Amino acid sequence: MTMDAVAILIEWGPYLLGGIALTLGLVLSALAIGFILGLPLALGQVYGPPVLRSLISVYVWFFRGLPVLVLLFLFYFGLFPALGLDFPAFVIGAVVLGLRGAAYQSQIFRGGIQSVSSGQMTAALSLGMTPLIAIQCIILPQALRISLPGWSNEYPEILTDSAVCYAIGVAELLTRASQIVSQTYVTMPVYLACAFLFIALNYAGMYVIRRTEEHFAIPGFGANTVQP
Amino acid sequence: MTEKFILRLEDIHKNFGDREVLHGISFTVKKGETIVFIGPSGTGKSTLLRCINQLTTPDRGRVFLDDEEITGCGQRISQYRQRIGMVFQNFNLFDHLTAIENVEIAPIKVRGMDRKAARAKAMEELRRVGMADWADHYPAELSGGQAQRVSIARCLAMDPEVILFDEPTSALDPELTREVLEVMKELARSGMTMLVVTHEMGFARSVATEVIFMEGGSIIEQGPPAEVMNNPKHPRTREFIGKIDHH
Repeated sequence: MTMDAVAILIEWGPYLLGGIALTLGLVLSALAIGFILGLPLALGQVYGPPVLRSLISVYVWFFRGLPVLVLLFLFYFGLFPALGLDFPAFVIGAVVLGLRGAAYQSQIFRGGIQSVSSGQMTAALSLGMTPLIAIQCIILPQALRISLPGWSNEYPEILTDSAVCYAIGVAELLTRASQIVSQTYVTMPVYLACAFLFIALNYAGMYVIRRTEEHFAIPGFGANTVQP
Repeated sequence: MTEKFILRLEDIHKNFGDREVLHGISFTVKKGETIVFIGPSGTGKSTLLRCINQLTTPDRGRVFLDDEEITGCGQRISQYRQRIGMVFQNFNLFDHLTAIENVEIAPIKVRGMDRKAARAKAMEELRRVGMADWADHYPAELSGGQAQRVSIARCLAMDPEVILFDEPTSALDPELTREVLEVMKELARSGMTMLVVTHEMGFARSVATEVIFMEGGSIIEQGPPAEVMNNPKHPRTREFIGKIDHH
């Protein structure tokens, strides 16, 4: 690396680092939207009436069936303007990643719910719990623990996907890196710095998720043990 | 009505597909009685218990708890289930909760008991089944016998009027079976009303107030254990008792 490149990285570093806020903003909002929608979708698919189950299947099929970039353009150039909504690109990016994440998360949670043994629900009902209380107090705490390892894929998935928001001009890491490149004509050092920041964010996030898994671990229960 | 029944079943029918599992079962239970159901596997004994608390909906027939009909009561069934405990062959303890949390969760979430009172009550019930020292252990850390005793405590914490035992010792070896049967005997002695599906003939003989022999979804013979087990009238009962008593 030439001294030139180092000087440029030092000069533009703060601007590039500023992209972390937007990238993380996209990722965390998308994860939150995905969770808030994905869990009810999963519950609907397991416990809901047939009509609801089919509607959810269509939703999942749609959002998992299209490339992220295609979804992003459909929403950015099509749906939002058609609805007369003039939202910042950041919001549209977070919504698209979130809705898509919800489709994936719903299937992770559905698997978790369905792998709780049926005797748990039977026992809960036999004690006089309503189905709602049983789901809330007995089924979900177990299903979420079972889901956590699978769910931890969502973070790196959405983190890497978030770079497509470059295409609609959200000033996240990749967008900023490209801007720096076009200003300075220094290419690889800048993109390497960008790549390094993605990897660092990935590592930090996975660390948090692993600690969360440990925190909620229960003896003899969960993904790393055979269930009785 | 001359006599008061805590539980009354009238003509319960149940089919699974075109297989008839229960074929018109009727009987009554008085407070403090221990009814033991015996009979070959697959004769509908477990289905019958599940028809009582409506975990399985009977196709026909009625179930009364304290003269209130609980069949076809819709959402209110969860209120009746609070008064009817159930103990399962596979324990079905809540795997994500410790022993004491298993026992206190229904009083807290169903009855709205405050946490402190529920914990005290749960501890008392664990003590009653000899599991107080294991309060903070998770189900996976308990032996089958211990888990079953916790599940009995979980029932007791709701102060049920009747407890249904669905083959409570079938998943246990003889030694663990004994510790669970001891707890059940103690319960029967304390006046709990119990309906027990079991293959433990010794338990039936010594604890039952009435033994009901079922086969093919029907009650073949019923009466005091001395009668049904020592001097069965029906040839099928005689054959069954003869077979099972010899091991």
